[in-house]
Amino acid sequence: MTDLTSLTLAEARKGLAAKTFTSLELTDAHLSAIEAARVLNAFVMETPDRARDMAKAVDEKIAKGEGGPLAGIPLGIKDLFATEGVRTTACSKILGNFVPTYESTITSQLWRDGAVMLGKLNNDEFAMGSANETSCFGPVGNPWRREGSNTTLVPGGSSGGSASAVAALLCMGATATDTGGSIRQPAAFTATVGIKPTYGRCSRWGIVAFASSLDQAGPIARTTRDAAMLLRSMAGHDPKDTTSVDMPVPDYEAAIGKSVKGMKIGIPKEYRLDGMPSEIEKLWEEGAAWLKAAGAELVEVSLPHTKYALPAYYIVAPAEASSNLARYDGVRYGLREQGKNIIEQYENTRAEGFGAEVRRRVMIGTYVLSAGYYDAYYLRAQKVRTLIKKDFEDCFAKGVDAILTPATPSAAFGIGEKGGADPVEMYLNDIFTVTVNMAGLPGIAVPAGKDAQGLPLGLQLIGRPFDEEALFSLGEVIEQAAGRFTPARWW
Amino acid sequence: MSVDAATVRRIAHLARIAVSEDEVPHLQGELNAMLAFVEQLSEVNVEGVEPMTSVTPMQMKKRQDVVNDGEIADDIVANAPATEGHFFLVPKVVE
Repeated sequence: MTDLTSLTLAEARKGLAAKTFTSLELTDAHLSAIEAARVLNAFVMETPDRARDMAKAVDEKIAKGEGGPLAGIPLGIKDLFATEGVRTTACSKILGNFVPTYESTITSQLWRDGAVMLGKLNNDEFAMGSANETSCFGPVGNPWRREGSNTTLVPGGSSGGSASAVAALLCMGATATDTGGSIRQPAAFTATVGIKPTYGRCSRWGIVAFASSLDQAGPIARTTRDAAMLLRSMAGHDPKDTTSVDMPVPDYEAAIGKSVKGMKIGIPKEYRLDGMPSEIEKLWEEGAAWLKAAGAELVEVSLPHTKYALPAYYIVAPAEASSNLARYDGVRYGLREQGKNIIEQYENTRAEGFGAEVRRRVMIGTYVLSAGYYDAYYLRAQKVRTLIKKDFEDCFAKGVDAILTPATPSAAFGIGEKGGADPVEMYLNDIFTVTVNMAGLPGIAVPAGKDAQGLPLGLQLIGRPFDEEALFSLGEVIEQAAGRFTPARWW
Repeated sequence: MSVDAATVRRIAHLARIAVSEDEVPHLQGELNAMLAFVEQLSEVNVEGVEPMTSVTPMQMKKRQDVVNDGEIADDIVANAPATEGHFFLVPKVVE
């Protein structure tokens, strides 16, 4: 039998249905792979007993012909998702040993459809980061390394554990979340497929909140088809999240392989940055050529407020974070540090429990919301956000179906290489992805090639609201043209 | 705009994060780097532009005003650092 971990989710589904192997065998193969890959630090908690129990239960269902759409598929879960009875920390010391007594809506839908949980995945603390270096469990290693180099690179962030685990074949897919690029940037850094759906497509209930008007969950997977299968189970209306949209969930997989003939693809001139590596420029052109060859029409478009998206984001996101993270007070759950009075107890708990990046963002958010500064910063940023969204609306009004951009301004970099002196250096990683969150649109990152050092690079497609299907169809064209990329195993 | 050391201490207190004196200069530098970065927003003409309040145009959904949850006090206090019965314990707040 071939190594079960090398199958795609779609192939595994076939094998399970044909009874070529069982979910327990598939699950065990991944559990062994996880054990052998601990040096990557992708998992912060392995749940082998639970995984085997779930796999056995689903094998019985499959035998009776009652398996759901993801029956028997082993997945990794970002540690931002509350999992009943399994420690959930958002990779922050402040949550300590928090064990939820409830299950997030998204994970409950995955289990409903027969998926198996392998464990919880590493991420940046409260999803604040672009390299998975701010986790209280330490950084995650990227399974990709530069050719001829032993330097461990970052997998991107904040869903770094998800991307690393999927790329290293430790799980068949993973849940992830994206507030400014946290699904798409790590996907691009690891040659995996990551989609952030339209705001409201997936329920946020039971996901640790970072910036509520920007947060949206989605899958990271090995192929566009696998991502489509996962999103179908993750998406859907949830009365427990008032921002979740009451719309039917399409069969996203049906969009895979659908013709893109006649689709109008926008190439935004503002995404051509000074100093962008020529390889990324070349890849972008190549991607456009692939879509054209598949019958799509390319048009240059303008999104004039692009450069303001990142600065506006660094007002809106910290402001919402400072308010969301006010709940970590050492009273109801998580860490408590003593103080002389309750105020001191709060202050000591939060100083001890939050890492440097989280403290910095909570403080900046507090500042921009404070009396006298609200109008100058927060209100202005929300107005700029309206303009950013209007840029996209104008573009779509001209008949553009989707927009093609690079996913990241560079390939993966070394651990500790960026943002040491100036936090803004790290923030620039999200320059191509953050606009999409600001406008609430869907965006997918698809692997498209490698740079001269052998590191993967991705392309991003941005779609109309709730038109994830177009992104899957177009993403599949790129995947077919570029091929799949698997890292050489060194761990 | 930039912040001075006194403002850093004030923000830290507002955010309920203890900051030691020797952390202040470093934090001040980082916060000012962020503020310098967002400064470019001042060049955008936002005259007459509505601030965004909802990224997807939708009616605010309202739930039925009915009891549909509860009787889970054990669950609520299960993760608390200090409890007595079904109460959270905190330092004395009211003299």
